[in-house]
Amino acid sequence: MGTRGTTVRRRGGSVPLPLVVPAALGLLFLVLPLAGLLVRAPWTTLPQRLTEPGVLTALRLSLQTATLATLLCLILGVPLAWLLARVPFPGRRVVRALVTVPLVLPPVVGGVALLLVFGRRGIVGGWLDSAFGITLPFTTTGVVLAEAFVAMPFLVIAVEGALRGADTRYEEAAATLGAGRWTTFTHVTLPLVAPGIAAGAVLCWARALGEFGATITFAGNFPGRTQTMPLAVYLALETDLQAAIVLSLILLAVSVTILASLRDKWIASP
Amino acid sequence: MTAAPLLDARLVVEHGDFRLDLRLTIDKGEVVALLGPNGAGKTTALRALAGLRPLTAGYVTLDGRDLDRPDRRVWTPTEHRPIGVVFQDYLLFPHLSALDNVAFGPRRHGVRREAARARAATWLDRVGLADHAARKPRHLSGGQAQRVALARALAVDPALLLLDEPLAALDARTRLDTRAELHRHLAEHPGATLLVTHDPLDALVLADRLVIVEHGRVVQEGDAATITAQPRTDYVARLVGLNLYRGTADGHTVRVADGFALTSADRLDGDAFVAFPPAAVALHPRRPDGSPRNVWAATISGIQRHGDNLRVQLDGPIRVAADVTPAAAAHLRLIPGQPVWAAVKAAETRAYPAGP
Repeated sequence: MGTRGTTVRRRGGSVPLPLVVPAALGLLFLVLPLAGLLVRAPWTTLPQRLTEPGVLTALRLSLQTATLATLLCLILGVPLAWLLARVPFPGRRVVRALVTVPLVLPPVVGGVALLLVFGRRGIVGGWLDSAFGITLPFTTTGVVLAEAFVAMPFLVIAVEGALRGADTRYEEAAATLGAGRWTTFTHVTLPLVAPGIAAGAVLCWARALGEFGATITFAGNFPGRTQTMPLAVYLALETDLQAAIVLSLILLAVSVTILASLRDKWIASP
Repeated sequence: MTAAPLLDARLVVEHGDFRLDLRLTIDKGEVVALLGPNGAGKTTALRALAGLRPLTAGYVTLDGRDLDRPDRRVWTPTEHRPIGVVFQDYLLFPHLSALDNVAFGPRRHGVRREAARARAATWLDRVGLADHAARKPRHLSGGQAQRVALARALAVDPALLLLDEPLAALDARTRLDTRAELHRHLAEHPGATLLVTHDPLDALVLADRLVIVEHGRVVQEGDAATITAQPRTDYVARLVGLNLYRGTADGHTVRVADGFALTSADRLDGDAFVAFPPAAVALHPRRPDGSPRNVWAATISGIQRHGDNLRVQLDGPIRVAADVTPAAAAHLRLIPGQPVWAAVKAAETRAYPAGP
């Protein structure tokens, strides 16, 4: 490692241009739109626009649903990741592939699929409606479901990676001390992979916060009930560009602040 | 009839081309060392006893109870075996303090939190780490971590204590102190103890009895005195520092190679071993006169420093290691390829039967 480090430093002067130019362009491409937001923001009317009731409602709904969706993903996704990482069962590769499908699926398609299953005439939704009177589509719960559907693969993949990387001999040591598999999971495995779970939860939360396609398809766009920030941005874009910019800025600021603070608190310290 | 041993096991584990087949008994309070080269199957045996890997055949009976017996479909999972394990790199839970690491076992055995912590504190005190109770494992030295691991394994009062290379991860100085302390704790342990090691010194100091395994099988078994005096394989001979040859004895002579025999003071017939220490080999530039009964021409093939002396490897009718003092070395031209005469007094060789 040490000798390699010095080699790199000695050759530091000659970074090849074919790498530097696209790298710089790539960075510019990522940063420029964000800078555009800042430049075009109506700074003078900003305080007044921020306090508009619609903005705060959408923001609160976004934060609530993204957090609930992350909790749902944690409750269902961590055991799923454990199963994929620790229990060799037939068809495990297929299951692992299935878990990642929502990653590549266009979110709108995900929303349609959710509607077909959890809609009032859907397989599960119809039964929920007739048996319990529970309706999921076009409700806040529907927003949480849509966000969880899209965001869960991020959590499962991150946690499964952490579990695979964790030393299973600690679990063997726990077994020799009399711990069954459940106690070992709660008392040894979970604390060992906590940083990985935190990282996965942050990714999951960020994805849920930005979710648009599945939400608008499955939950609709009702202010105060299902209209999250991305939906509000989209709606504002058609009527009031300034409002759309303000909403985007808020979304950007909130997600960057929360991600940055979580990173310091959870991910940096192993 | 004597009392049945606390641990009675025949461990058969097949894994690809490797086959472990080991008969092992340990009495109450006895410390047995499983000694062997890397890859001999020592760790596999330990894992089979702990229930971390199932037997292919055979049985593990502890305190009269079958823990693993494939032919009767008996299997006790690790967490239900009265066994404590000290792992090679200790595997202390990194997120728990030393105290909570030790309390982990009692807690899992149904002891209430406060009582478990009190018991853990007692154990930490016994291993001399009472003032380190609050420390996380990453703030413990190697020797301290080893003691916490021992306390953690003993805190569940195991009938069988297993130690996997307990001193291998320590530096030489720490190892000396820790070995002495470990010896004291093992002597106090009322159950059976199995120590897996490749270090003969650990085995000789810590164990009452040695079981030596090579290629998955027991090649020799006995107390330290027998094994150091009468090795039965090249591996054991190297461990205890003896030259060892196998041959056919006829009275005082043992034929160990084509046309070459060693003379020993011991008298026996048939399949036999002959052993003598490297220090018993004298080297001469010319053929010596006088008393030694074993004299042969040899060629130097290698020289190493060995303690205060030089260890000279010789080729010839038999391969021999000889220890030469620096003073003696000054009279010889010690360079590889140099012909010398080797001499060993009959009285310094031991011959003993090789039969089963």
